[in-house]
Order: sequence, then structure tokens, then C-alpha cells
Amino acid sequence: MSDIVQSLEGLLERLHIDVGLRPILSLVILLAAVFAVICAALWGAVRARWISRNTAAFWIFVSPWIVGFLLFTGGPMVYSLVLSFTNWNLIDPAKFIGIANYKEALSDPDLGQAIKVTLTYAVVSVPLQTVLSLAVALLMNVKVRGIHVFRTIWYLPSLVTGVAQAVLFIWVFNPSYGLANGLLRLFGIEGPKWLFDAHWALATVVIMSLWTVGGNMIIYLAGLQDISKDLYEAAELDGANRWRLLWNITIPQVSPVIFFNVVTGLIYAMQTFTQGYVVTHNGGGPADSLLFYVLYLYQNAFSFFRMGYASALAWIFFVMIMVLTALVFRGSAFWVYYESQRPRERRRRVHVG
Amino acid sequence: MAVEAADAVTAGSGPRRAAPTREQARRIRRIRRSGAYVLLVISTAIFVLPFLWMVTTSLKSDEDNLAFPPQFIPDSFHFENYARGWSGSLPFTTFLVNTVLITALSMLGNLVSCVLPAYAFARMRARWAGVLFAAMLATMMIPREITLVPKFILFSKLGWVNTYLPLIVPEFFGVALYIFLLRQFFTTIPQELIDAARIDGASELRILWTVMLPLSKPAIAAICLFSFVSNWNQYLEPVIYIRSTEKFTLPLGLGMFSGQYATQYNQMMAVALLSMLPILVLFFIAQKTFIRGVTLTGIAGR
Repeated sequence: MSDIVQSLEGLLERLHIDVGLRPILSLVILLAAVFAVICAALWGAVRARWISRNTAAFWIFVSPWIVGFLLFTGGPMVYSLVLSFTNWNLIDPAKFIGIANYKEALSDPDLGQAIKVTLTYAVVSVPLQTVLSLAVALLMNVKVRGIHVFRTIWYLPSLVTGVAQAVLFIWVFNPSYGLANGLLRLFGIEGPKWLFDAHWALATVVIMSLWTVGGNMIIYLAGLQDISKDLYEAAELDGANRWRLLWNITIPQVSPVIFFNVVTGLIYAMQTFTQGYVVTHNGGGPADSLLFYVLYLYQNAFSFFRMGYASALAWIFFVMIMVLTALVFRGSAFWVYYESQRPRERRRRVHVG
Repeated sequence: MAVEAADAVTAGSGPRRAAPTREQARRIRRIRRSGAYVLLVISTAIFVLPFLWMVTTSLKSDEDNLAFPPQFIPDSFHFENYARGWSGSLPFTTFLVNTVLITALSMLGNLVSCVLPAYAFARMRARWAGVLFAAMLATMMIPREITLVPKFILFSKLGWVNTYLPLIVPEFFGVALYIFLLRQFFTTIPQELIDAARIDGASELRILWTVMLPLSKPAIAAICLFSFVSNWNQYLEPVIYIRSTEKFTLPLGLGMFSGQYATQYNQMMAVALLSMLPILVLFFIAQKTFIRGVTLTGIAGR
């Protein structure tokens, strides 16, 4: 691959193309070639009557995603599996070492810490986020004047993620001069050192994550507004009070939405990186209390240049996420209520197939 | 109880009995509503406090910056913090230009490369289409961290390290989530319109361009915003690929600022606010379309 690119860039050099443009131009030429091959193959297949015109058109339309998946996800995944059985620092040639990386992972205390931090964060923050965003959605579902303003205010912070959010909360939770301890001092409480205290750092990041529940809130709100009024009216006629309406109608009706949000929320929480990286500048927090898994993976790959070990870590991470998701899926049978193993949904299924 | 008694006295007898209960129900509703209102105001106030703190900090003088105990509202407003932070030791204008360039090209790539597969999945028939769609949904659960190392090796072999190509080029190859959202929206557009266009002899591309896209503006707007926000805020990949300071993006610059000038919180908050401004402005302009897009495209998992 790199040979082809090199010879292409040589060609572009001879054509006096600007240096900065060469890599992108050689890529465009390569891609054009790939798509030309795909189109030619499909055209040939149509001419030979192996496939219909419509089928050929379908495959051409989906080809951007398929090529992208093979280039940037599928291919790299296979490559990283191969790498995980090697020892490689990018400079010396890679050395095949069997499952030594995985053996090392089993007894790596830092990895144990990273898994502990990441799982604790995911298992604590996701339920808290779910309860809070659902509660806020219920509150935002009342019809009072100016409700749109409130919804907007709650939604906005979920757009402010990443570094800006981390920087803001480092300041809010500054032990001496920050807002949090300033407020606590009004009540005569001397607050903890938050991000600088190994016992509090992770809890502080959980609190930070609650600031962005607005996104989920909007989704729940849409779910709440989809619930048929008839259900409530029928239950009220039967004398149900507000709690029963909540437990027996609202929650079951939005449970598929909750389920979806728990799954995506868990995966997202497992992938936390920025908070740990920004707070202590690539350090992992006091006593490694913010050593998130992805941060540890990053350190191994790009600080210690242990590409083989980092690849093994990536695959362990992948398996962890799959197992966790599978657990949530298995558990979902007990609490997720699907309105429709019923006509409407069945009709929708037909479209998929 | 007193209310009930009073109502009973004034209500009289016969069919007019219904009136007081209605009155009562309205009163209860009003009390509940004002209770909800108080709860709304208090919770929103707590929620918005960090944001206000950010704004007031950005206006503090250097002396008040680290005042003890902390002041919520500064004695005097120092708007020059914005200019000082922005064009101080780090060239934030350059960072802004870089970020705009990366974000714009990535958005363009996302749009072009998601519309075509989404249309194919929604409206074209082929063997294995269903299987392929299910496979694509399954890939959404693959954490991108697993490809971090091999992609870095690939891009460094191509000589792309310290260029924007590793951040932009993959965006031109479809994002499973956006394809899914668009496809969900496309399936709600009546098949009759497409059939009519087909009878008139329109090609699939023409149908997509003249029938589907004009009817899918909310979904497209939503995807544009999702794409904008995620590209504007992304951090992990720029950290890996961008090495020289003059090529930094805004999040990288902000991270560097907080590392080097850890105590100048007034300027830091000013710069953080400015770096978020485009997202906030865009949201306020496109708010309705965006929220409608979120609910219509079925991101709620339906």
C-alpha cells in the first residue's frame, strides 16, 4: 500500500504538484481507482445478467460505507488482533511473542486499576444519569408558560462537552477558590479537595457527567409525548393515583427508550478519555484515581510506544464492552416493555427486510 | 376540607353540583402547576450555576480572579480578558481557523457519504440488503478505540501524521449512526412520490436529489448539527495526530492553555466561552429544526 502511495507521490512530484497537496491527491487517485474497479465489476455482472440493474445500483450506493468500514474499522481491527500477538515499539521490527501480551495484562496492576476506575464510573454514572434525565423530562413535560426556555437551558450544556467542560469543572471544583467549596463554606462546610483527592476525584467526574443529561432528557421527553393519552384516561377512570400512573404506564411505555439510552450510555461512559487526560495533563489523576481505560491504552500506545500491548488492551476492551452490552440485553427481557409485538411494529419490521 | 364545605354551601343542589368539583380540580391543578414551577426554577437555577460562574469569572480582574473567599459577582467587569486570552501567548485565531476547516470538511464528508447508503437502505431492493443493514447497526457498538493503534500506524505510513487528513478523510466514508438516522427518516416519505418519479423516468440519483432531500430537511439539519458538535469538540484523535502548535484545534489549544496558565482562570474561562460560542449560536439559530430532527429521526431508539 505505502509503495503504491510512494510511487504515486513521485509521479505527482514530477508533475510539479505542491507538496501539501500530494498526500490528498494520491489518496483521491487511489479511491477513484477503487471505485472504478467496483463499478466496472458491477457493470460486468449486470451485462452477464448475474445481477439486476437495481442490485448493482444498491451496491454502488452503499459502497462508501462498505469501503470505509473495510479501510478504517474492519481492516484495522484484524490488524490490531495480529499486532496484539507481537512486541513492537514502531522502530525495531515487530516480534511475534504469542499470547505474552495477554498474560501480562492478567497481572498488570495498572490495568486492574484502569478497569476498576472505568467500570465504577460506568456503573455509577449511567444509572444516575438515567434517573436524573428521566426525572427532568417528567418535570419538563408539564405545560406551563416558558417551558421551552427551561428545556433549552437544560439542553445546552450537553453541547458543551470535552475540554471546555473539563476546564470549567476544574475551576468550579478548585479546592480553595472554586464555586463548589465557596457555596459549601456558606453553610459552614469545608468541602473536599475534589479532583485533587484520590477518594473524591472519580465522584467529581460523575457529577460533571450529570451536567450533560440534557441530551437524554430531550429523548425521554419525545418518548413521554408519544404515550397515548387514552392509557392515562382509562387508568384514571379506574381510580389510579399519580404514582401508579407513573409506575404502571409512564415507565413501562418509555422503557424501550430507557433501554436504548442505558446501552449507548454505558458504551459512551466506558470510552471516557478527556476528563482523565485534561485534569492532570496525561497523568491519570491523584493516585491513578482517574486512570480511565482509554487513557491507559493511549499511554501505552503513544507515551510508552508499546503498540503490541496497546493492541491487546484494545481487544480486551472490546470484549469487555461486548460482555457488558450482552448482560444489559439479557437483563432487558425483565423490564423492557415493547408495545408492539403488534401490527404497527410488525409493519415496520417488513421495511427493514 | 374548608374549601369543600364552602363549595357545598354555594353549590346548591341538582345538576349544578358538578360545577364546584370542576372548580376544585382546577384549583388543585393550579397548585400542582405552581409547585412544578417552583421545582423547575430551583433545579434550573442550580443547573445553570456553573455556567454563570464561568461567565462572571471571565469578567473578573486579575486580582479578583483568585479572591478568597470566592466572589460570585465581580466588583468591576473586565471585558478585555477576552481579547487578552484570545490573542495572548497562544494564537487562538489560528486554532479557530483550523477547527473551522476540519469541521466544515468533515461535515461535508459526513453528509455526502451518509445520504447515498441511507437512501439505498431505505428505498432500494437487493438480496442481502437486510443482512447488510443489520451488520451496519452492529458496527455501531464497536468502540473506535480498538482501531486507534492500527489506524495510527496506517496514517503514519502514509505520511499523514501532523496533517488534518487522519481527522477528515475517514469522515468521507459514512458514519453508521447518521446513515441509520437518515434511513429511518427516508422510510417515512411516501413511496407513492418515488414511484411517480420512477414512472416519469427519473434515475435513482435524481429521485434522491429532487424528491427525498427536499423532504428530509429536518433530518439533514439534525445530522449537520450532530456532526458539527462532535467534530468541533473532538479531542482524542487531534491529540494523537496533531503535533505542531500552529496546527492545533481549539480544544487542543484550550487544553494547552489550562496546562500552561493554570491560575489565570478569568482568561481561561473567556477563551473557553469563545470556543463554544459557534455551537451555542448555531443551536439557537437552528433550535427548532434540531429538536424536531432529534425526535423525528428516532434517535430515541424506536
